[in-house]
Amino acid sequence: MNWSSFSDFLAMGGYAFFVWMSYGVTALLVVAEVAWVVKQRRRSLARAQVQRSIREWSST
Amino acid sequence: MAIHWFKYAAPASFYGLAGRMIPWFTGAAVVTTLVGLYIGMVLAPTDFQQGDSYRIIYIHVPAAWMGMFTYLVMAGWAAAGVVFNTRLSGMMVQALAPTGALFTFVALWTGAFWGRPTWGTYWVWDARLTSTLILFFLYIGYMALRASIDDPRRADRAGAVLTLVGVVNIPIIYFSVQWWNTLHQGASVRPGSSSMATVMLTGMLVMAFAAWMYTIAISLARVRSIIIEREQHSAWVGELLVAEGHGRPSGTSEALPGSNEQGAR
Repeated sequence: MNWSSFSDFLAMGGYAFFVWMSYGVTALLVVAEVAWVVKQRRRSLARAQVQRSIREWSST
Repeated sequence: MAIHWFKYAAPASFYGLAGRMIPWFTGAAVVTTLVGLYIGMVLAPTDFQQGDSYRIIYIHVPAAWMGMFTYLVMAGWAAAGVVFNTRLSGMMVQALAPTGALFTFVALWTGAFWGRPTWGTYWVWDARLTSTLILFFLYIGYMALRASIDDPRRADRAGAVLTLVGVVNIPIIYFSVQWWNTLHQGASVRPGSSSMATVMLTGMLVMAFAAWMYTIAISLARVRSIIIEREQHSAWVGELLVAEGHGRPSGTSEALPGSNEQGAR
């Protein structure tokens, strides 16, 4: 354990701005990418469902 | 039915395989990220020269490696697509590009916030930085090219050519610190000899492994959506919707509410 307290950890030896800008933006981008992939999956399934309905409807 | 399964064998079977692999790679990504961050951010000591600003290394180096390696994997799929004309290849290239772009951007971004305290500047037109910026533009260019071509198969071929031409940039990035005088430091990690303390090196390698697991998990998840989108006219996707419980079973076709009059016939 390198730190004596949590505030010590947050301060990053005076480099808090640089370290947390790096980690923060990376975390944000990863969360955004995961959310985008989840959304893309829902959308592709919904579109495929519409295609399937059209196929069934036009074959009756 | 059987004939459709045969016809779409590759993407259809890969869809299921990817679905089974995703939970494992996701789990591995989460666990290794937590372990890597614990080693790097909690256990590892402060650097005697750079202070705690060096801790950016645990994202910067894995992201830079992943940005380059993802491009090589893309180029491999692109080559396979050109040679064998398989549809899955183009889909994999398409699925990998956004994540490669993300990691390359993260490498540039964290590099800027590491450069400021250590070099005194966020950006410099040094060979390593410039060639990495070009890599980012190659990813963006690939995605823009795809987006501008309506036919997915044509987009696959055009994208494959762009990807294969751009691969020349990867050795340029890798060797830039040897070929030119750069502000960017040389490699700290080489097979057999590394100039880093063991605990720091361990944290960085665990984070690099985490980046691998994440990239595999997210691109498999993305390729599944791409497969569904591009094969949505095929019967197997219809069957799959039923099997996975996303759609109504065949026969109950009140389908598309309100589509009776302005239908798609």
